[in-house]
Amino acid sequence: MSQTQIAGDPALKSNIPAGPLAEKWDGHRFSTKLVAPQNRRRFQVIIVGTGLAGAAAAATLGEQGYAVKSFCFQDSPRRAHSIAAQGGINAAKNYKNDGDSVYRLFYDTIKGGDYRAREANVHRLAQVSTQIIDQCAAQGVPFAREYGGLLDNRSFGGAQVSRTFYARGQTGQQLELGAYQALSRQIELGTVTMYNRHEMLDLVLKDGRAVGIIVRDLVTGEISSHSAHAVVLATGGYSNVFYLSTGAKGCNVTAIWRAHKKGAYFANPCYTQIHPTCIPQSGDYQSKLTLMSESLRNDGRVWSATKQGESRRASEIPDSERDYFLERRYPAFANLVPRDVASRAAKLQVDQGFGVGELHNGVYLDFRDAIQRLGRTVVEQRYGNLFDMYANITGDDPYSVPMRIYPAPHYTMGGLWVDYNLMSNVPGLFVAGEANFSDHGANRLGASALMQGLADGYFVLPATLPGELANQLGTPVADPNGPEFRDAEQAVRDEVSKFLSINGKQTVDTFHRKLGKIMWENCGMARNAAGLKQAREDIVALREEFWSDVKVLGSGNTLNQSLEKAGRVADFIELGALMCQDALDREESCGGHFREEHQTPDGEALRDDDNYAYVAAWEYQGAGKLANLHKEALEFEYVHPSQRSYK
Amino acid sequence: MSMNLTLKVWRQAGATAAGDFETYQVPGVNEDMSFLEMLDVVNEQLIGDGREPIAFDHDCREGICGSCGVVINGRPHGPLQGVTTCQLHMRNYRDGDTIVVEPWRAAAFPVIRDLVVDRSAFDRIIQAGGYITAPTGGARDANLTLIPKAVADVAMDAAACIGCGACVAACPNSAANLFTGAKITALNVLPQGQPERWARVAAMVDRMEDQFGSCTNYTECEAVCPAGISVNVIAKMNRDYLKSRFKDRRSLIRQADVADEA
Repeated sequence: MSQTQIAGDPALKSNIPAGPLAEKWDGHRFSTKLVAPQNRRRFQVIIVGTGLAGAAAAATLGEQGYAVKSFCFQDSPRRAHSIAAQGGINAAKNYKNDGDSVYRLFYDTIKGGDYRAREANVHRLAQVSTQIIDQCAAQGVPFAREYGGLLDNRSFGGAQVSRTFYARGQTGQQLELGAYQALSRQIELGTVTMYNRHEMLDLVLKDGRAVGIIVRDLVTGEISSHSAHAVVLATGGYSNVFYLSTGAKGCNVTAIWRAHKKGAYFANPCYTQIHPTCIPQSGDYQSKLTLMSESLRNDGRVWSATKQGESRRASEIPDSERDYFLERRYPAFANLVPRDVASRAAKLQVDQGFGVGELHNGVYLDFRDAIQRLGRTVVEQRYGNLFDMYANITGDDPYSVPMRIYPAPHYTMGGLWVDYNLMSNVPGLFVAGEANFSDHGANRLGASALMQGLADGYFVLPATLPGELANQLGTPVADPNGPEFRDAEQAVRDEVSKFLSINGKQTVDTFHRKLGKIMWENCGMARNAAGLKQAREDIVALREEFWSDVKVLGSGNTLNQSLEKAGRVADFIELGALMCQDALDREESCGGHFREEHQTPDGEALRDDDNYAYVAAWEYQGAGKLANLHKEALEFEYVHPSQRSYK
Repeated sequence: MSMNLTLKVWRQAGATAAGDFETYQVPGVNEDMSFLEMLDVVNEQLIGDGREPIAFDHDCREGICGSCGVVINGRPHGPLQGVTTCQLHMRNYRDGDTIVVEPWRAAAFPVIRDLVVDRSAFDRIIQAGGYITAPTGGARDANLTLIPKAVADVAMDAAACIGCGACVAACPNSAANLFTGAKITALNVLPQGQPERWARVAAMVDRMEDQFGSCTNYTECEAVCPAGISVNVIAKMNRDYLKSRFKDRRSLIRQADVADEA
């Protein structure tokens, strides 16, 4: 047992099954109530989002016979941002016979998450990881192969085994298409009704249960109600709160934020992942940051200058004047340290003036040695498309000039609080994939997001959601014309009218940029109490300014992209305040949350397990007000928390 | 470094509204901007002037989601080979250039507003059979199916299609053969794809022909495809489609039933 004596909130029931770790999931599946095949079509399930978690859940639940409605804001379910994941997906197959196992994947993930995730959830994730690969291969996902026809693997950060399956640099695309195709089959069969270009704008509760959602048709502007026995939010992460991130432009927090405002607790909002290998910003017009896959760190060596303000070109800097700082500081894991560690190390080099490039705002990721060792052809086979992408964006050729990289917001470990069944504290509301907080603790390992999204969608929800539905057998769905839906629809209409009537002076993007700047400077890679307090005040003021000075043109009855963005940015502003509150409250450093006041003498994160080994689940108290904290104590029975060391 | 451009952009208020080009002067364009970032700047200016911004689809802005895509000076995704509109950078233009920007034009992709079109016809082709039936949970160990690297590579080449629709926009017949052929090839070359191979190609091709024009081998599609899909996938599709006419399992079974009864 852990040594922590944190008093958890008894109202937050994690519902972790009893029994030994390795038997919890199987035991739980057996004890969960089932719904007989002939009864399944009587149950209406709403799934919002069609990324890996949402599309996989919709396809699987539809296939099982439930009546599913699936919603996405994109023009096709295939375009959800899972599609952009490059590097790979982890699974404890041990095909390489290099010492991998379910327990090792579990252990690496708990450690990688800096001991801030639930053991039971993470072990389940490691268990189903092997089934995911089987499932995807059966669907025809073209994973990379060895010449003998077996599946190939590569290494990723935070692990000393090769357990990452991949499909060139487009693993997310291929997994997403697999799930999309399975979903498409169910759409054709009529078990899933698909709503493209629809955005969820509210969650509807009746007697404390989630009974449906309000959506806006983004083409016609029509606002409508949809009721169900259960609602699943699989709507992704919120790293666009920083404005510039590796997220797609449309990625937003609106669905989960509006559920939060209706009572769902938001867990660990300050746990955000800053990905070490992104292309540095080039100007003010920048609309997003582009990730260069972590897989590049398999063969690329990261270095910075040893001289401040270095202005020579890379080829003119001799080896003796290059600082391979990851290899120097972390000899055991070297260039493959986890993302939070690599990001902070790069930031430190740049902050101290050792940055490279014209703006001195990055470090090098150099393939010179790999090309000498392996030859250009091999490097081209492994990373060709990534090199092309880099060359296209920057105008530099990475075969002859090292890539310039710098950390950028990439993934959010926080999200709505869920129990072991992935149900939030609001009965009937489930949350899957990046939108929940569950499996990655304070830092996610590379190639684990795809694993979690598909685990939740293909295997966890289809096993746990029926348990909740079974209790409602014989209960009809809520009346979508009932007062709860009418009131919620009216509130959404009022909000649309409000945006269109403010007619201020600043565009929505202007506000988004201002928010991003506040968040990046004060709640980004390094945080301190004074900055967080100031940021929270600034955000409260920004919110006032937004609601009195935003300019949204056009009408609510047509495609209106400014109007869509306005709703999303309004929610990001409120989320930003909560993130700062959470970051301020957590007086320790762990994973992606680095408080400058809490570090070891050599600059590593310093956790405080006695006081902070808990999940912070925040309850909404009203706009501009501080949220209420509920704690779920984390207990470590199997992995003993220690200082993470990658040296 | 900085350029002054003239943009002629197709503006259309709605699906049934008449559209027309509007001309905008765009000063101070930075060469490192992407084409969409340049449109962002234009939109901020337009909103500042009290005019509605140009609607265009976009999402990941890293060339993989397939959301973006406009016809630039008559060519889908602009002048470069193998890139989407979001990955086209302004360093490919010169000071003083005039750039004409239009939506995809095809009857199967009706305009929704400005540069945004409805591509759900592509989804319907996939729904007709662009999948391998593999119910969740029933799969055997992935390494039990050996797939030669060369076969996996062919499947991957074809599966790289991002579904943007440039192939349709470039085709004089507005045919969707490259898109459909890519998906059929990706699935039909794999061992897992064999059981449904003939039914798949028949259903998908029929659904395609219900919605799109016919291919007459202009191969404009390949030239503009940002994912580098080869027209070989069309040949593969056509060959499988022809064979499917002789390999209709259901009719074979029916004949067998008739034989049994006799």
